[in-house]
Amino acid sequence: MTDTIETSQAVEHPVMPFAGAINQALDIAMELDPKVYLLGEDIAEPSGGVYKVTKGLSTKYGTHRVRKTAISEAAIIGAAVGSAIAGYRPVAEIMMMDFMAVCLDQVTNHAGKIRYMSGGQTPVPMVIRTSAGAGRGFGAQHSELLEAWMIHTPGIKVAMPSTPADAKGLLLTAIFDDDPVLFIEQMMMYWDVKRYGGPVPPGDYRIPFGVADVKREGTDVTLVSYGRQVHDCLATATKLAEEGISCEVVDLRTLVPCDEEAVFRSVHKTKRAVIVHEAVQKCGFGAELSSRIHEELFSELAAPVQRVGGANTPVPYANNLESDFLPQVHDIEAAIRKTL
Amino acid sequence: MSERPDAPDRDTLLAMFEIQSRIKLCDERFRSLLTSGQIQLIYYSPRGQECISAGWGVHLRPDDYVVTIYRGLHDHLAKGVPLRELWAEFLGRATGTCKGKGGPMHITHPASGLMVTTGIVGSGIPIANGFGIASQLDGTDQVTVVNFGDGASNIGAFHEGLNMAAVWKLPVVFVCQNNLYGEHTPMAMSTGVEFISERAAAYGMPGVTVNGNDPVATWTVMGEAIARARAGEGPTLVEARTYRFYGHLMGDAMEYMDKDERKAAMEADPVVLYREWLLANGHASEGDLAEIEEVITAAIDDAVEFAMNSPFPDAAELYTDVYAEAQQ
Ligand SMILES: Cc1ncc(C[n+]2csc(CCOP(=O)(O)OP(=O)(O)O)c2C)c(N)n1
Ligand SMILES: [Mg+2]
Repeated sequence: MTDTIETSQAVEHPVMPFAGAINQALDIAMELDPKVYLLGEDIAEPSGGVYKVTKGLSTKYGTHRVRKTAISEAAIIGAAVGSAIAGYRPVAEIMMMDFMAVCLDQVTNHAGKIRYMSGGQTPVPMVIRTSAGAGRGFGAQHSELLEAWMIHTPGIKVAMPSTPADAKGLLLTAIFDDDPVLFIEQMMMYWDVKRYGGPVPPGDYRIPFGVADVKREGTDVTLVSYGRQVHDCLATATKLAEEGISCEVVDLRTLVPCDEEAVFRSVHKTKRAVIVHEAVQKCGFGAELSSRIHEELFSELAAPVQRVGGANTPVPYANNLESDFLPQVHDIEAAIRKTL
Repeated sequence: MSERPDAPDRDTLLAMFEIQSRIKLCDERFRSLLTSGQIQLIYYSPRGQECISAGWGVHLRPDDYVVTIYRGLHDHLAKGVPLRELWAEFLGRATGTCKGKGGPMHITHPASGLMVTTGIVGSGIPIANGFGIASQLDGTDQVTVVNFGDGASNIGAFHEGLNMAAVWKLPVVFVCQNNLYGEHTPMAMSTGVEFISERAAAYGMPGVTVNGNDPVATWTVMGEAIARARAGEGPTLVEARTYRFYGHLMGDAMEYMDKDERKAAMEADPVVLYREWLLANGHASEGDLAEIEEVITAAIDDAVEFAMNSPFPDAAELYTDVYAEAQQ
């Protein structure tokens, strides 16, 4: 476990919703550095974002630094790219991850490639915050997780936290990182304090990219996950502990860079791995990671690496189909049993 | 030149009233069932915007095409999507227009000419051009009406789409339902022009702003634009000014909306005013209008019961319709 998580539990910091932790990180970054500014749809007061994540910030810092935009994703990301090259640290919000499709040219051809194409002369220190995920009956165009698109684009870093404390520390790192970072926030976690709230240390602290966090120690099988599905892995681990099956849960926290060493360390111990993410399983990040585990630890594995992901379909509307689409505890459990 | 339609006759006036009432009564039922917790879904109320859809609805033929957005219930009904299947889709049932797989944001009913409902702002506009191209190539005189909001006029797809339609003289009518807000942002804070219709000039097509709460004025403007498209004279941008009574979606705190502005808009309820106008001008008796409303109410009762008693989709449906063939 990292210090952050341990201390946070030990000294009992106030429990916060996920959204509140993001808000704090933005507030701290803006306070620290006048070059940090926000842009996105509906992010200013009085609404403070459609999910209220940026509540209060335009009042505190002014609408020149918390810029509410027209519905123009390509213009939002393009403006972030330009101002980042010019020395600012923009934090752009794409309201829902599916809408990334509308501005993909700016993200992949520009944000992701400009440092390289300029031979390092023009870094693009920007963050794209986006909310994502199924489970709320929003249908096929408001529910996707598309991190694999970005991971497949060299030049863009990707973070996807699972707890409020991680979200805050990772977002602060993202904002002061000199590369474009895609920061993915699963909507289901924003305000559900009961299920996804957690203690958040006060003040400025940074969680480095590329450092996974072991959220639960175990000896029989390694569950590798990130984002909201870490909670499903923990629930599965608790359930299987009753039968004496000991699961270790490794939370990657960032996917680019990815802490492969932490994964290998754990799998070296357990000899078994199950990778869990919400995104469609086919060509998801699990495919890459599974391949890496096989490459490094093939001879040690007691069973082939298993993957649990979203069904290979658009996200369906009907309640029953939507929950079948999502990886659930019983799917994780079944995958674990295949490795035992 | 295409001919300017005359004033609407009595049948047309009553047909518009029927569509408006169908929308209003459906919306009221959705909101009451949602408020009482009997149903649960993400709901974008079209209340306040009824006259716009009714205004084009009565001009369109069944074989004309309509494209719309998540706030689309009024457009679905104006194009004749049947109530039972519509309600069942909103409730995610197997008997819905899309087997419960699309949901309210993606209502599709080709039999009625309701071709696409999108949840991505502005994306319906280029797609509508595709229907226009198909009609042009087929040599038919079908017309496509594509509906979108004021906010959508700021996205690239709008600008690319209007230019393409103008260059190719596509039989498309671009209907911007300007309800003065895009999600939580007032139009003036996001849009550089006072009237969306001004943008038409940049693409070389006629642009007109109409009071979308005035059914007869809207009918006239829609009639002209649809006739132009049908005659092969090209596209028109119609900006119909209106108001959304219930904010962006159900549960919206509406703290970003001006209370007095909203109150005034709701007091000038276009459906209620039109009803009074029909009576005052002797176009219909109270009995005529009450009968129309009763028939609709009974049809809604039937549709709600049908939807509520319909099964959820079979689990196997998750994997069908992704590709033409069953998934391996
Ligand atoms: C490309 C894209 N960006 C953002 C959104 C989120 N969003 C949904 S509706 C909406 C407001 C649209 O306003 P407008 O076009 O005026 O239509 P209205 O809702 O007022 O009918 C926004 C920003 C989206 N669905 N698609
Ligand atoms: Mg609008």
